[in-house]
Amino acid sequence: MSKSINVALIGNPNTGKTSIFNELTGLNQKVGNYPGITVEKKEGICKLSRGLRAHIIDLPGTYSLNTTSLDESVVVELLMNKNDKDFPEVAVLISDVENLKRNLLLYTQIKDLKIPVILAINMADRMLRKGIKIDVLQLEKDLDTRIALISARKKTGIDELKELIANYQTLSNQPVVDASRIAPDYFDRLKRAFPNEDLYKLWLVITQDTNFGEIDKKPLQEKSDFGTLSNAELKRLQHKETILRYQFINNVLKQSYEVDLHAAKGLRATVDKILMHKVFGYLIFFLILLLIFQAIFDWSSYPMDFIDEQFAALGNWVKTTLPSGVFTDLIAEGILAGIAGIVIFIPQIAFLFFFIAILEESGYMSRVVFLMDRLMRPFGLSGKSIVPLISGAACAIPAIMATRNITNWKERLITILVTPFVTCSARLPVYLIIIALVIPAGTFLGFSYQALTLLLLYFVGFAAALLSAKILHHTLKLSNRQFFVMEMPSYKVPRIKDVLFAAVEKTKSFVYGAGKIILAIAIVLWFLGSNGFRQEFKNAEELVTERINTDGFSTQSQQYIDSQLAEITSAERYTQLLQIQENAKQQEIASFKLEHSYIGVMGKFIEPMVQPLGYDWKIGIAVLTSFAAREVFVSTLSTIYSVGSEEEDTIKHRMAMEVNVGNNKPLFNFASGISLLLFYAFAMQCMSTLAIVKKETNSWKWPMMQLVGMTLFAYLVALLAYQILQ
Amino acid sequence: MTITDLKPGEIATIDEFEAYMPPIKLLELGCLPGSSVEILIEAPLNGPIYVNVNGSHIAIRRTVASQIEVLPFKSAEHE
Repeated sequence: MSKSINVALIGNPNTGKTSIFNELTGLNQKVGNYPGITVEKKEGICKLSRGLRAHIIDLPGTYSLNTTSLDESVVVELLMNKNDKDFPEVAVLISDVENLKRNLLLYTQIKDLKIPVILAINMADRMLRKGIKIDVLQLEKDLDTRIALISARKKTGIDELKELIANYQTLSNQPVVDASRIAPDYFDRLKRAFPNEDLYKLWLVITQDTNFGEIDKKPLQEKSDFGTLSNAELKRLQHKETILRYQFINNVLKQSYEVDLHAAKGLRATVDKILMHKVFGYLIFFLILLLIFQAIFDWSSYPMDFIDEQFAALGNWVKTTLPSGVFTDLIAEGILAGIAGIVIFIPQIAFLFFFIAILEESGYMSRVVFLMDRLMRPFGLSGKSIVPLISGAACAIPAIMATRNITNWKERLITILVTPFVTCSARLPVYLIIIALVIPAGTFLGFSYQALTLLLLYFVGFAAALLSAKILHHTLKLSNRQFFVMEMPSYKVPRIKDVLFAAVEKTKSFVYGAGKIILAIAIVLWFLGSNGFRQEFKNAEELVTERINTDGFSTQSQQYIDSQLAEITSAERYTQLLQIQENAKQQEIASFKLEHSYIGVMGKFIEPMVQPLGYDWKIGIAVLTSFAAREVFVSTLSTIYSVGSEEEDTIKHRMAMEVNVGNNKPLFNFASGISLLLFYAFAMQCMSTLAIVKKETNSWKWPMMQLVGMTLFAYLVALLAYQILQ
Repeated sequence: MTITDLKPGEIATIDEFEAYMPPIKLLELGCLPGSSVEILIEAPLNGPIYVNVNGSHIAIRRTVASQIEVLPFKSAEHE
């Protein structure tokens, strides 16, 4: 059996750490979560030499061991806990060649934890262009370690890095900076109080709380005779520590690092001037957004239609091949429909993350955050929320997954909570059919009322998202000691391998993470819609057959039969008539069954609640089934009205004929239509979103809050609208 | 004089921190007393500013930048 060692990849964000991780592990990697929190955990296996394997952990990017976010505390907690099964035998600090100075800050801190650290200087292929010269031997001597010059892009230096990792036992594990120099008296007292503890570890534990506060400090509080310091004093000492480390680094680099400033200028400044321009910057961003939208809305509709067709065909195949019965129905209409409901999202998720990965890898994303920060500030958010929020207009699920880039937990949570307000593409079919029914066809300033209504609904969605963000910003009691500072990385051409890995990874995490919840809810909804306790449900077939035999077909079915017959030439009419009548009968049975199923009974039960909104029990059922996914609204109505077709015009026509039993007016009138539009704009009717929120927040509390809060709000607004407009 | 008083392209040196203690993150990114600082781009309507401090390219909000005192640039202190 081969021996395995733990290797931690550590480094600043934007150093190409993930590229190196991908190069080292290839496809031997998996992405999960750290237990109990939603920080991504990436690990993989790399074969070093005969009999030695490295278990590589790609730790979240961090600038130092002074934690201010959950991501960073993951790094600190692993490095401080010798008993952790992932505790690294050796760390690899990955720096980019241009920002070596800043990256060495983290290097000196890890070195102080007495963990052997290899310094991997990435993007070495840029040295010549940037006028950088490094005396590697001198630097190795001053930093007391070994160095690998790497270019993940050109695939150079990776083997040397593997070699260094394999020989980790020859590395020094001595500190290079003595942090206790910042306050000798204080550190002396600490040493006396905890003679068996490592001083620098103690210092890290003491100071974590000044910025964040996750690490258990109990042992320290029990024994505080070393003289505790106030937070302000600790902060001042942290400043001193950082300055001390930078002094050391400056001295080291003076010997071995040279940069020709004239060579360094150039591309970045020019591109920045265009992409961050007061006018063009926003214009370019707008165009890029359009492209992404085009991809998610339009291009992904081809694979989505394909998936839809394949699953429908598969469902039919199951129904015709397997013996009919509950079990077959469960597979065809419950399980397969549920899986289809998961797979259908894959194209949108993959497309969005493909583009987001490109934006990030290229360095453009930081520019977007910069441009948009001012806009989001009044709502308690930063520019980092803009991409998730706008992506929500395609689909809330990838949008919520995209919030992982927001390092500030409070801002991230708020963004997750408000994103479902943004009008997603699943609301569109519902909007379109209702607008066509209730909004008159006139024009205003050349724009049709119907188009303006649709625009208004998009606006209302964004406004609801932003306003609720502002309210949550003031009401959520979460520590928010982070402030806005962001590195503007240099521009790079994205590596296709990294981009594809990112898209695949996100898709996988959706399918495995949220998939089982979606499947479970789909099966429950199927059960409720296809089972009933009433006699009417159980005897639906006989009852409907009897009714047709005595009273003839319903008006709707007769219309269906007539229209079908009209399309057939006279010669075939007679032979096909029986088949068409049988179809009409089956539709009436399906409608009757749905009416008396559990969900139908629930629809009737909630009728008194939805009546003040202008709906009847049929719309009630459609609203209930919409919790599977909003677009189900249309297909549910088509089943209830037994129109036997998902043709929009047919359903629309049928809906227009519905009459409100109470006042004999059309059921879908202006007031009830607006009420329905507003209900769909605000209500949380998407189990897949709830599932992904549960996954991303690691708690049922937040999705439940969305479900109840948004739906209640939707109800009140719809109620108000109907009562005023009625 | 603070960072926000600088014009784009003008270089200054960050003064000792006295009344105001900047967040530790800023120091980590290289914003230390003695570091050179230059405004590269300002976002419109009092949005964030994009600076080059000690070779680090970072964006910060004005509320923070306006509290960091700077001195006229002295090349000796800038390594």
